[in-house]
Amino acid sequence: MTRIIAAIPTMAFVVIGAFVLLSLAPGDAVDAYLAQTGGSGGAGDDLRRRWGVGGSPPERMAAFAAGIFSGHLGQSIVHGRPVLDVVMERLPVTLTLMGLSLALAVGLGGALGLVAGARPGAPRDRALSASALIVNAIPNFWLGLLLMLLLAVRAPLLPVGGLQTLGAPLTGWSAVIDRAQHLVLPTLALGLGYVALSMRALRAGMAETWRADHVRAARALGHRRRSLVWRAVARPAILPVVVLAGQQAGTMIGGSVVVETVFAIPGMGRLAFEAVSGRDPPLLVGVVLVSTVLVLAINLIVDLTLARLDPRIGAADA
Amino acid sequence: MSSLNVTRRRFIGTTIAAGSLATGAGPSRAQDAPRRGGVLIVAADGEPRNINPAIVASNGVFFMASKVIEPLAEMTPGGGFTPRLALSWQGSADGRLVLFKLRPGVSWHDGKPFTSEDVAFSAMEVWKKLQNFGRVVFKNLEAVDTPDATTAAFRFSAPTPLQLVENALPALTSVLPKHIYAGTDIAANPANVKLVGTGPFKFSEHRPGEYYRLERNPNYWDEGKPYLDGIIFRVMPDRGAIAAATEANQIQLSAFSAVPLADMARIGKVPGVKVIADGYDGITYQLVVEINNARKELSDPRVRRAIAHAIDRTFVTDTIFLGTAKASNGPIPLFDKVMNDATLNPPRFDVARANALLDEAGYPRGAGGARFSLRLLPAPWFEQTRQFGDYLKQALRAVGIDAQIVNNDPAAHTKAVYTDRAYDLAIGSPVYRNDPAISTTVLYESGIPPGVPFANQYNYKSEEMDGVIAKAASEIDPARRVALYRDFQQIANRDLPIIHVAEWTFITVARDSVRNVANNPRWATSHWADTWLSG
Repeated sequence: MTRIIAAIPTMAFVVIGAFVLLSLAPGDAVDAYLAQTGGSGGAGDDLRRRWGVGGSPPERMAAFAAGIFSGHLGQSIVHGRPVLDVVMERLPVTLTLMGLSLALAVGLGGALGLVAGARPGAPRDRALSASALIVNAIPNFWLGLLLMLLLAVRAPLLPVGGLQTLGAPLTGWSAVIDRAQHLVLPTLALGLGYVALSMRALRAGMAETWRADHVRAARALGHRRRSLVWRAVARPAILPVVVLAGQQAGTMIGGSVVVETVFAIPGMGRLAFEAVSGRDPPLLVGVVLVSTVLVLAINLIVDLTLARLDPRIGAADA
Repeated sequence: MSSLNVTRRRFIGTTIAAGSLATGAGPSRAQDAPRRGGVLIVAADGEPRNINPAIVASNGVFFMASKVIEPLAEMTPGGGFTPRLALSWQGSADGRLVLFKLRPGVSWHDGKPFTSEDVAFSAMEVWKKLQNFGRVVFKNLEAVDTPDATTAAFRFSAPTPLQLVENALPALTSVLPKHIYAGTDIAANPANVKLVGTGPFKFSEHRPGEYYRLERNPNYWDEGKPYLDGIIFRVMPDRGAIAAATEANQIQLSAFSAVPLADMARIGKVPGVKVIADGYDGITYQLVVEINNARKELSDPRVRRAIAHAIDRTFVTDTIFLGTAKASNGPIPLFDKVMNDATLNPPRFDVARANALLDEAGYPRGAGGARFSLRLLPAPWFEQTRQFGDYLKQALRAVGIDAQIVNNDPAAHTKAVYTDRAYDLAIGSPVYRNDPAISTTVLYESGIPPGVPFANQYNYKSEEMDGVIAKAASEIDPARRVALYRDFQQIANRDLPIIHVAEWTFITVARDSVRNVANNPRWATSHWADTWLSG
């Protein structure tokens, strides 16, 4: 509860910041719109009046504040609908994509990290660490296009993009499988970089733990390496991986802009981009608010997980 | 079908570029019997807030909406018009009356009959009042009389050229259902995002960020058409992904060069995929150097002429547009063979002449070789407008003008150029709408207040020019009207308030299975009733 209250100033800062920054950007929603339509669609002043983007900055701020507290976060200018409706349409897609990518990052990254960290310096560790470095260095839009070319065009195993097969409506299990197939490539594109990060975090933690006194003592007492990997070495090293996952949740929302664009997925990242290019401050603030709540929620889960993994953490904070 | 399959109908007066240009989508294949059925999946390029083509007469809207809502007539290959909702039209000798005979037996997608009342309502309440082009063409429209259900008589308070009204038919006359719009706030009517029309396809569903779905209209007036069961416009913001999806046959068509020109040669070699450069002549885009004539150096016509001499148009058409553009000879595209003055002699590429003009104008080279420095704002909407900005910067350096590129996103660019006039040079891309009075004179006439985009925000004011434009606007004799627009082109090329560099069209990338592609000059923005899928 205290955490939630503590988050309020942060959220207020983020909201005001997003609104002010976008309002200060040159050009408004009507300029963006007329640029899109080549000047068609109405006279500038009339559109400004209709969309409520005219008026002085304080007037706009007041209208915006009224919108925020209206229960549906105000009216999106670009979509002409309540912000909350627009954002909620996109949230499930983003949640699924982020959830899968995080699971991939922690699951696969953890497993590989375990393999690499079990014997730091061994050939398999070197190979894994080198690959992780490469994957980590690839920008995710390029990784996305590369995966698409390899797995959807050259070898047509998976769909190129979108959420579902269009044109031939599917039902029941085949629809579920179809949707799952559409998520494979975006999840890989978004998650692989984080797999590498998680792997390296675990591997580094384990490498350090191998040198800790109690592990050396255990080794001296004759415990075999294999029996120590999970019980003594990996467990403490997993903590940073979990912490990292919480941080990744935040940066993933940023990365999802690109992945959602490449794979034509209607998620919140693209929505944020559209809000900026369309000069739609209420929508941007809506996206930012919901993302902030999302990141806070994930961090709450992370903290609870940590407390479970290591009883010393969280006792004072709960 | 694995060869590079570019069917590029060049403009009359030029030769076909090379023997290798096969005619894969041309008449030879159109002879196959059309097959009914199938859903065509197309890459959409955006999700406009308002998709009503009667209000928003833009290609982004027409691309989808033209399948649902129809105009009175469409353009025909080689010039002329095909009837759509109007069967015929004729003007009176005094230019104050245009009589339309309308197609009988047409019904709206909701089952109500289409009548002359709908045309009268659309003209008076929508085209004339809410549409930017319509405000010009139907400025003097006083009333539309409807003596019977299939006759609409347009009465004008001042002479209005029939030629202009005719040229306006394809893009400006989308007809809306009166029974849905009358008595409502038209600009905010829910039908602006859930279209109701008379067209071959009915608007079915929009899933934001994902797709628009159109389904076949079984009661379409053109018996037996459309051939397709439906069209899905899939929202695909990434152009690399559009190419990949076409290769994987997950979309069958993309238009407006959604697959980048740089990819044209490669994707044309993919089996089952064809590249078509046809079907855009009726919506020719023009590459224009917009000039702030109020800036001291640029107020001198010699300086503007020098800039024109500094530009190598061949480089622009061949390297930037990869051969899909033609050098302009003035403000009216070569495609409009009626209006374009073929005798125009635009400033040719001549760096020495440009330098001499600048010396003569009193701007000698200073330290470092620069005469003066300018802000250059390339419009961000096309790859080619940005690339031409980079090219122009270099070309101007050769004549001693230091151009500083200012990159903006669309909203910021629109405001900087068309409201604040905070630029010296800008790169623009107006669309030619089939008549100079619709889309071109607005770039030259004075008195347009700041904030009207894609119009004369260039601080250019010439009484001679304004006089010719005003005279042509009410000249009802076609030959004299054309002569006045010849004068217009001469003045434009003499004063060079802005510089028309090139005119370009786009490519369509389609699977071989898509037939009857690009069979009219506005194909991408037309009905697609006769488009079909083979297997």
